[in-house]
Amino acid sequence: MAVEKTYQEINERIKKGQAVVVTAEELITMVKEKGVTRVTSEVDVVTTGTFGPMCSSGAFLNFGHSKPRIKMHKVWLNDVAAYTGIAAVDAFIGATEVPEDDPLNTVHPGEFRYGGGHVIQDLVARKKIRLKATGYGTDCYPRREIETEITIDDINEAILFNPRNAYQNYNCAVNLSSRTIYTYLGMLKANLGNAHYSTSGQLSPLLKDPMFKTIGVGTRIFLGGGIGYVVWNGTQHFPGVSQDNQGQNFGHSGGTLSVLGDLKQMSPRWLVGTSMLGYGATLTVGIGIPIPLLNEEICRYAAAGDDELYAPIIDYSDAFPNLIPANLGYVSYAELKSGKITVNGKEVPTAPVSSYPRAREIAGTLKQWIQKGDFLLGEPVQLLPNADAGIKANTLKG
Amino acid sequence: MSSKKVVLRFGADLADQPIIYKLVKDYDLVINILKANVNPQKEGTLVMDISGKNIEQGIEYLRQLGVRVQSLTEEIIQNGEKCVSCGACTDICPSGALYMDRPDMLVRFNSDRCVVCHLCVKACPMKAMEVRF
Repeated sequence: MAVEKTYQEINERIKKGQAVVVTAEELITMVKEKGVTRVTSEVDVVTTGTFGPMCSSGAFLNFGHSKPRIKMHKVWLNDVAAYTGIAAVDAFIGATEVPEDDPLNTVHPGEFRYGGGHVIQDLVARKKIRLKATGYGTDCYPRREIETEITIDDINEAILFNPRNAYQNYNCAVNLSSRTIYTYLGMLKANLGNAHYSTSGQLSPLLKDPMFKTIGVGTRIFLGGGIGYVVWNGTQHFPGVSQDNQGQNFGHSGGTLSVLGDLKQMSPRWLVGTSMLGYGATLTVGIGIPIPLLNEEICRYAAAGDDELYAPIIDYSDAFPNLIPANLGYVSYAELKSGKITVNGKEVPTAPVSSYPRAREIAGTLKQWIQKGDFLLGEPVQLLPNADAGIKANTLKG
Repeated sequence: MSSKKVVLRFGADLADQPIIYKLVKDYDLVINILKANVNPQKEGTLVMDISGKNIEQGIEYLRQLGVRVQSLTEEIIQNGEKCVSCGACTDICPSGALYMDRPDMLVRFNSDRCVVCHLCVKACPMKAMEVRF
């Protein structure tokens, strides 16, 4: 009879210290050796991980009230503006915000050495942060300005809330033009000089549960070194299937997650301020997601190796910026990780912008947490839309 | 055989002359040019690795011509605290000093191969590649 397990059964085993937990890498080898049926019955949870630059990250902060009170209208943290149009002393600091005096790309390519992502890393590293705020003065909030220093421990709440993280799959970026270009996937040399990609492939969370059979609202995850939750689908959640021009399927892609957790328990090792030359500032985020092996189908998906997972090759000098729906073919993560691929008949060196060793460390850490009984699975109260939902991207007119 | 990294600075009057050829032919030196640049005023800068028995004589010849010769004291270091082994530098590095150690995908730095071009210092998203004087 086919194996069927429930979250409750697995959590009971975790509490008793009896759960069998393996990383996605380990699962691939096990399934090759023992087959899906046996492994599904033997293994309870598979852990995944990813550690790469993730824009659409940020943190909600509540600073506490000053004496006299101020209704913060504009607020800056280490000269980086945070958005405060929500309440008197609440603000949202976004990972891609840069200081107002940043030269940006005036002298191209700009360096973007410090931004919102760096503020978040400094906060979580418990460094002192310069807080400056101005207000317009009201009867109940009379103060008009404040300049002080805060640390994450001085303020009431610091909640990491990332509206779009953990992209299911991502492009392999190349440059067909005759000049170097500077992208959010790093520096791309002219005339197909190199190729950059950014997922952990066989360790990547949403490539291991591609049809969202287990990941949903309430899934408990490793987030930034602490515990967080999936709270919704991410923005730009387009969980479709990639096809080439001949209609051949190259796997699931385009799903994203919205995640949240207590920044105060996270770590600067797993939330790293990031500067992309010529592009901007962002935050590199560590995310790990446990996948319960409830049945064989889930196990089969989770056991996909780098040789079975594909990324589309996209030209970032023209097709990407001009929203031209064309690619130069698909390439497997096994090829990408080998250090070279062939594009248009030319051998092109490859490099990642997400860290595979750190992704492996995340999957290993999450495995330990579950084995020790410190981390129970969160059963989703609602699963996220998958490829069957037929969601299509809108294009902004204008 | 001894080896030395030097920075040469040429005035506009020297930038068009075959000086390096003389170092090879007359002084029997092995030259590896790491970086070369001529600015709009036609002043030249050249960073090279030289090896051979007659390094000192060769350098003396350059000085007599009016070339300023300095030892290359600048070096690039990989800050192990900051590097997350993302890999974005490895295909940017022109000399292969930065490379991925497969299959672990750890970013390694072999400073002997570094030509101090500074590309990694700019391209590293974590600012983990640093210049030391």
